[in-house]
Amino acid sequence: MQTYYSDLLVIGAGLAGERVAVESALAGFNVICLSIVPARRSHSSAAQGGMQAALGNCAMGEGDNVDVHFMDTVKGSDWGCDQEVARLFADAAPIEMRRLAHWGVPWNRVVPGTSTYFKGGEKFEKFEKPEKEGLITARSFGGTAKWRTCYTSDGTGHAVMCTMDNKCAELGINVLDRKEAISLIHDGEQCMGAIVRCLRTGKLETYLAKATAICTGGFGRLYKATTNAVICDGGGHVIAQDTGVVPIGNPEAIQFHPTGIVPTDILVTEGCRGDGGTLLDVNEERFMHIYEPEKAELASRDVVSRRMTEHMRAGKGVASAYGEHLWLDIRHLGDKHISTKLREVDEICQNFLGVDARTQLIPVRPTQHYTMAGVRTDKNGAAYGLKGLFSAGEAACWDMHGFNRLGGNSLAETVVAGGIIGVKIVEFLKGNETSFKTGDINSEAKRQQERIDNLISGRLGKENVYKVRAEMQEALMQGCFVFRNEQDLSTCVEVLQGLLERSARIGLVSKGLGANHEVAAALKIQGQVRLAMCIAQAALVRRESRGSHNREDFPARDDQNWLNRTLAYWPEGQTMPELKYEEATPHFEIPPGERGYGGGKIIHADPQEIEAKTITKSK
Amino acid sequence: MGRLLQFEIFRYNPEDKDSAPHMQTFVMEETTNMTLFIALNRLREEQDPGLIFDFCCRAGICGACAMVINGRPGLACQTKTKDLPEIITLLPLPVFKLIGDLSVDTGIWFREMYQKTESWIHTTKEFDSAKEEERMDNAVAEEIYELERCVECGCCIAACGTARLREDFMGAAALNRIARFVIDPRDQRTDNQYFDIIGNDYGIFGCMGLLACEDVCPKKLPLQNQLGFLRRKMGITAIKQFIRK
Repeated sequence: MQTYYSDLLVIGAGLAGERVAVESALAGFNVICLSIVPARRSHSSAAQGGMQAALGNCAMGEGDNVDVHFMDTVKGSDWGCDQEVARLFADAAPIEMRRLAHWGVPWNRVVPGTSTYFKGGEKFEKFEKPEKEGLITARSFGGTAKWRTCYTSDGTGHAVMCTMDNKCAELGINVLDRKEAISLIHDGEQCMGAIVRCLRTGKLETYLAKATAICTGGFGRLYKATTNAVICDGGGHVIAQDTGVVPIGNPEAIQFHPTGIVPTDILVTEGCRGDGGTLLDVNEERFMHIYEPEKAELASRDVVSRRMTEHMRAGKGVASAYGEHLWLDIRHLGDKHISTKLREVDEICQNFLGVDARTQLIPVRPTQHYTMAGVRTDKNGAAYGLKGLFSAGEAACWDMHGFNRLGGNSLAETVVAGGIIGVKIVEFLKGNETSFKTGDINSEAKRQQERIDNLISGRLGKENVYKVRAEMQEALMQGCFVFRNEQDLSTCVEVLQGLLERSARIGLVSKGLGANHEVAAALKIQGQVRLAMCIAQAALVRRESRGSHNREDFPARDDQNWLNRTLAYWPEGQTMPELKYEEATPHFEIPPGERGYGGGKIIHADPQEIEAKTITKSK
Repeated sequence: MGRLLQFEIFRYNPEDKDSAPHMQTFVMEETTNMTLFIALNRLREEQDPGLIFDFCCRAGICGACAMVINGRPGLACQTKTKDLPEIITLLPLPVFKLIGDLSVDTGIWFREMYQKTESWIHTTKEFDSAKEEERMDNAVAEEIYELERCVECGCCIAACGTARLREDFMGAAALNRIARFVIDPRDQRTDNQYFDIIGNDYGIFGCMGLLACEDVCPKKLPLQNQLGFLRRKMGITAIKQFIRK
């Protein structure tokens, strides 16, 4: 078997992965990035809207600063985030945006003078100051006090991805595509690299490294209706959890985006609402302002998704062959705005719906979008449980998002966290040496080859991987979507238990040779069902509603009992995850309070306990 | 009941010694709003799990799924079956190395292109984290983004007469990449430096001006204008170099 060595092995070459890689390469270390697709096709490139950073250059961002950004992030998380991490993030974000500008991102810039904008369908005027001309500008996004989202038209992710991948090319980083890590090599204490399946030939390869970073994005594809690319299937989480010692943080924290189009579930950006688009019901009337008088369409995503679902349940949805939906209206924004600032949206509507957004309404409904859940790490990005293993970006639960993340904070996290964790990895590489144990390496390689051989020979059974996968996706849609309750979650866990057994008996229909997709799907299905089980079980146990986790039978946010983070372990040979809990945050800069949107009751924690953990930020 | 669609699909798996290149017919009933993304995945899940093709974002954003659809390169994910006749012929993109069936290796081709074009900002300036960002005119930023929209799908290369004849021709995607840096004020490269990269038969002077690149570009990049712009710029650079000698 081919064996490769590097100082740092990055699994996933999206924005977080490449940003991490760049730091190590700049420090002179040898880096290999693996990606299942060419790097620029990573799902980072699909993020349209932008990156939040408190630069405060534009008129509507005046008075913004990192403290306001920090506060929005904590509120958005429904106090579920790690405040130390959220602070690191908010403080570093503006510098990272400037760095990206230096590296080549064509950020949209401040254009001086008077211009108009829409809010809630109404037209307003703003004046951009001449002295700010040419600085990085920002747009409005849900759940934020200021206009803070830096953007490049509506292809921000794509533009930043191009710049980051260019930087990797400049630094000579070895970015290898069509390589899928299928297991980590470890001895229970330290990580030594990964066993990788080449997606060109189907052959296995070994990658050894002093440090390994999982930056594989989210796992939206566990759900049937998701905005995510087909590659966002939890592959990185599966190999981390499969070690038995690395936990998934807050698996129940899954975000649903208010505006996935019907039927294909493709996302249209929050920028539509940020720029003044409105949501309409079956009578083509606005409704968000009835539920959320202050923020209306611009409340945080969990709140808008919930209100939309409530409104459809109240009989105000639009019936269609693909189920009920609501309308997104951007007609009033006009041709110029739609064809420049919302061009991707325009293309998506024309190409996938045959709808002209200038004159027609866009059918939308809440769709799985983001996993706040992820490989649990400390503030340095080091994974719990294995030395030498790191994680960054959506794949990680670093945890600045808690139970809901704000639009524009995830794309920003990829590069900001990537930069911060990248520096920490450099420190690790400088301060640590690793010994590679050939016994562990060879036995892992052998174990993985056996798995493939068993799938091809059908020795373990004849279950069809696509059927098992479809049933898993449907189970999560039924039990773990926008609203959750005891009965549906219990059913979901039961169904998944059955699927877990079946997932151990997969046999291929095809010959499994070369760049075969059935093998790839079959290799990860068992881990995916486990991950699904973690979502369902953690959601069942968490008897409160917080952020995107909404229990109909426990509608209050319960700070007394649940101001904590779930850690889902899967010890070897178990049939259920082991759930542990840790405090949500080491300290409070902002003690738990009202979000100011979303309503809902709060069961308050003991004020003395909160006060004892509250700090004042020293400036 | 929908139309019965007949898919004629190129099959060859180089890793299977029993496999020989051939066309295979699949039949499937059309459903409402069906795209080739939906159709091919259903074929794989229901009829032949050995079928090899690529999709990623399935939203026309990432460029993974380019193939030749009834004779024309395009993105499969944003091709609606209702816009096609009942017989749909799917072939892998030419020029690129075949991985299997409809999947080709665009990844390696484009990474080589980054090195040839030195696809990054060349500057002697250091980043200073304490300083305000360097200012840029918004119109310039928008012009750069216009060219940065390339998704590296490979359609323009597959449709290019020169690239089909000569595998060392850089193609529209690479020339557009150069154009992107030429208009970027942050890149300090001179015309002479760009000339060294594209002022030859592999580059801008190899273009025969057939312009199928622009016709097939799924992002509708203004490739014709960019090729013209570079040809003039490099032509002038060549004359200047000649006069100086």
